[in-house]
Amino acid sequence: MSDDMDFEEGGAVKKFMFVNRKAPYGTIYALEGLEVVLISAAFDQDVSLAFLDDGVFQLVKGQKTDGVEMKNFSPTYRALEGYDIEKLYVERESLEARGLSEEDLLVDVQVMSAAEMGDMMAQQDVVISF
Amino acid sequence: MALEVNGTTIETDEEGFLVNLSDWNPDVAAELAKGESIEMTDQHWEVINFLREYYDEYQIAPAVRVLTKAIGKKLGPDKGNSKYLYDLFPYGPGKQACKIDGLPKPTGCI
Repeated sequence: MSDDMDFEEGGAVKKFMFVNRKAPYGTIYALEGLEVVLISAAFDQDVSLAFLDDGVFQLVKGQKTDGVEMKNFSPTYRALEGYDIEKLYVERESLEARGLSEEDLLVDVQVMSAAEMGDMMAQQDVVISF
Repeated sequence: MALEVNGTTIETDEEGFLVNLSDWNPDVAAELAKGESIEMTDQHWEVINFLREYYDEYQIAPAVRVLTKAIGKKLGPDKGNSKYLYDLFPYGPGKQACKIDGLPKPTGCI
């Protein structure tokens, strides 16, 4: 019964979390992950992003990439709001271990402890790691 | 593929998008528009210029849905709707306007 109803409403909405653990440059994970997130926005799902470990560097202000000859794609995180992706979670321990705070980040985020992050992950239907 | 504008050869990919964003100028845009059978009007330019500003700020070509919403916010609801944008760019405002704008194909655009 509930399946039929979901179908009539255009399909069930699932909770997707994209977990970013890697530094923005040096590998392609961060950029590819961001592209997947932008594409996922077209499917009207409940999308959130988590930033842990070196992944927190993806959101740091003032990135200069001339030296590594890669495009600075960090401004694109500010476009997420326009894609209705507004749940950005950052792990406090990862920030602190790198001498960073919320003020160093280029978008509004929700900072939470590792334990809270774990709870948040447990609530998801799908967790995709980059 | 390549495009000939004012005696300069400009490189494009197999779908006609500019290879180098920096090759773009209004003359190139007019030539790209011709390839799309679009006659550029002030209304077209308004969208093109808007897209360029969007790209400068966010470093991506937006999805059509996002573009439509953003145009509505900036230029008013009579322009921020699919009908208006598809009238200007019949084969898809995302794809065609981005091409004329010298931007890459929008992410997630098929």
